[in-house]
Amino acid sequence: MQTIKSIATLLAEGKISSVELCQDYLARIAAHNPNLNAFVTVDAERTLAEARAADARRAAGQANLLTGVPIAHKDIFCAEGWLTTCGSKMLANFVSPYDAHVISQFKAAGMPTLGKTNMDEFAMGSSTETSYYGPTKNPWDVARVPGGSSGGSAAAVAARIAPAATGTDTGGSIRQPAALCGITGLKPTYGVVSRYGMIAFASSLDQGGPMATTAEDCALLLNVMAGFDARDSTSLERNQEDYARDLNKPLTGLRIGLPKEFFGAGLTGDTATAVQAAIEQFSKLGATTVEVSLPNSGLSVAAYYVIAPAEASSNLSRFDGVRYGYRTPDYADLTDMYEKSRAEGFGAEVKRRIMIGTYVLSHGYYDAYYLQAQKLRRLIANDFAQAYQQCDVILGPTAPTTAFKLGEKADDPVEMYLSDIYTIAVNLAGLPGMSLPCGFDRQGLPIGLQLIGDYFAEVRMLNVAHQYQLVTDWHQRTPGGF
Amino acid sequence: MSLSIDDVNRIAHLARIRVSGDEAVQYQGQLNGIFDLIAQMQAVDTAGVAPMAHARDLFQRLRADVVTEPNRREAFQSVAPQVADGLYLVPKVIE
Repeated sequence: MQTIKSIATLLAEGKISSVELCQDYLARIAAHNPNLNAFVTVDAERTLAEARAADARRAAGQANLLTGVPIAHKDIFCAEGWLTTCGSKMLANFVSPYDAHVISQFKAAGMPTLGKTNMDEFAMGSSTETSYYGPTKNPWDVARVPGGSSGGSAAAVAARIAPAATGTDTGGSIRQPAALCGITGLKPTYGVVSRYGMIAFASSLDQGGPMATTAEDCALLLNVMAGFDARDSTSLERNQEDYARDLNKPLTGLRIGLPKEFFGAGLTGDTATAVQAAIEQFSKLGATTVEVSLPNSGLSVAAYYVIAPAEASSNLSRFDGVRYGYRTPDYADLTDMYEKSRAEGFGAEVKRRIMIGTYVLSHGYYDAYYLQAQKLRRLIANDFAQAYQQCDVILGPTAPTTAFKLGEKADDPVEMYLSDIYTIAVNLAGLPGMSLPCGFDRQGLPIGLQLIGDYFAEVRMLNVAHQYQLVTDWHQRTPGGF
Repeated sequence: MSLSIDDVNRIAHLARIRVSGDEAVQYQGQLNGIFDLIAQMQAVDTAGVAPMAHARDLFQRLRADVVTEPNRREAFQSVAPQVADGLYLVPKVIE
């Protein structure tokens, strides 16, 4: 396993160049991507040009810690000159004319782009099966899904065809695929990472974050991604912090909250056993546990499937076949053009969510749905505030099951939505959450452990995860054949 | 609550998404399944609870009313389906 930390050391010592590294990863992508479909766009010439620039920068003595380390980007991030499809036919020919803030941050750090990774269409899904470009396969078992929506990023990191990747998380889209692919992923506090140039799904919930093999790598990547950006009106004006600063702090005295609602009847079998073993590991590291309660968390899926579609129906109204994106070839008038372009350009799941959102915001239904969901959102956030009076971090499973089979839940939207039952409340409250590997089920599929922190507790969470990874090797396991 | 086919067609039109007769039937079943899930919400008494519109109750930042972006019309129009003389072309809407 090559961490970006170890790659950065090799680059600093002059033992390898960025061009050699990128060539190596591009060769691995060429060998494995036909099987995995983790990347939707690879542009070797562009990647190598960026690698040459990184090597020149290092030769000139201008390198930062991660200069020359390649990274893959979820295809939701606009990157100038790169095809940016968001997993949709709607944007099949959209070559972005500008960079997302996250992309410009990685460019400023001198990190070459390895390619754009596959995802559920407009990030709506939990399996990467709603992508117009076909599903991504889980490297641990190619008959299974990698989770979603950042499934391409998760599969690429798990298969070691990218050392790290970006993802976005609206209801679990970083954490759930990280869990199902056996990697580490972090969704920061809402507002820490700019949403500028990140194609919008549900604006009050969307947040970008890092996906990598270790918590330490996530900390280094978050150092690059985080920061105030005036172009995102919800970007937080905070002082820059070093997310890696407390990685080596001992966990003595750490208070871990265990929400009783996460350890109920829904949590069974190997996932329950692995999470329990992780709790014992933390006890050995000096942490204490306390039972906490999130009484309204059971309502989070219902509230989410009002709020997220409502915001999506508004955000996706911009895809009208006029300024960018798909336009139907054959139309009679303007309304006909809108209706056919959107019917042909969007896939079934996106259309379902736009229709739900349109309905809950329509005349006469606003109070019963949208307003009620916003009130539940307050109750859910209050539950967390209450819990953090008793503990420093909350721990539980990331997902109710390990990776499921391709097609298993594709025809049942509600069944698919329940994949995010443990992750959604975190987005509604705007809290940081992460997933890290904590074991395998009897079929050899990875199990994810979720850590949820209070607002701006990323440093503490990364410390907790890193200390766990120092005494366990789940995160080092690599799927066979990769 | 249960959506009728007429409801589905009305929503689809509001959303500017064309649906065929067969699709409307399919959406009717799926949307009703999703609304059954959402219906759990209605059992909760939320009297006196302030709605939470946004994580962390952020306020909107204001900026000075000055030009901050350069004119990149050509770059932005290069991705448009149909343009002419710097204008976006759409079907005629005014006779």
